[in-house]
Amino acid sequence: MEITSTEYKRCDVVKTVGRIDSYTAPELEEKLNSMTNNGKYKIVLDIEGVDFMSSKGWWVLIETQKKCKRYNRGELVLTGVQERIRDSLNLVGMSSYFTIFDDVVSGVAHF
Amino acid sequence: MPTAKFPGHFKSLAGIRKFVYDAASAAGFSDKEIYAVELAVDEACSNIIEHAYGGEGKGEITCTCNNLNNGLEIILKDYGDAFDPSIVATPDFSVEMGQLKPRGAGLFLIRNMMDDVDFKFSKKNGNQLRMVKLRND
Repeated sequence: MEITSTEYKRCDVVKTVGRIDSYTAPELEEKLNSMTNNGKYKIVLDIEGVDFMSSKGWWVLIETQKKCKRYNRGELVLTGVQERIRDSLNLVGMSSYFTIFDDVVSGVAHF
Repeated sequence: MPTAKFPGHFKSLAGIRKFVYDAASAAGFSDKEIYAVELAVDEACSNIIEHAYGGEGKGEITCTCNNLNNGLEIILKDYGDAFDPSIVATPDFSVEMGQLKPRGAGLFLIRNMMDDVDFKFSKKNGNQLRMVKLRND
């Protein structure tokens, strides 16, 4: 899995490529934790290049969302969510916790 | 009846998913159905490592894929701790995010991705999880 990040004026974009499962999710967790620990709470997570995500990955995103939304200081939004991943997200019922955009431009504009 | 043994490490998940991907693909499932199988098996194996074995490196997972007339049967075996699946609560995602508890989503996904899910626990023969995915012909 590859993770890269870009800082913008009003938010940060984190791009993840690969598969997010119990083996790789801790790496994403570490990256997102390093951002929130440094006061970055407006995050666009681009997962267009992610073609597999298990519930472990979703829990990492939920925990990050909790930190971002605390005190109304920010939000974690998702972009480029592949249909198969969105289907499982909807099935479990977690989709209500995230704002999802088709692309990064729209996600950045949200902030 | 392809069978493979995998070390009980999270690093094995990619290989396990590939193994069932190949079986599901050969069985004629659609891309969506294959993903459902991969996800169910991944969740099951993650649970085996984390809960049955109590962590990585404590045992193996055996995976067998059997072609059925109308689908695919996948059997996972381990020698970890047994559990009672009937008492694992389905997570409630209607609550405020702060009240969410990170347990139970995996089993929920397994039961919804597959058409038949059956657990057997035996101190002598180990634990067996049998899952069946029917093909939408």
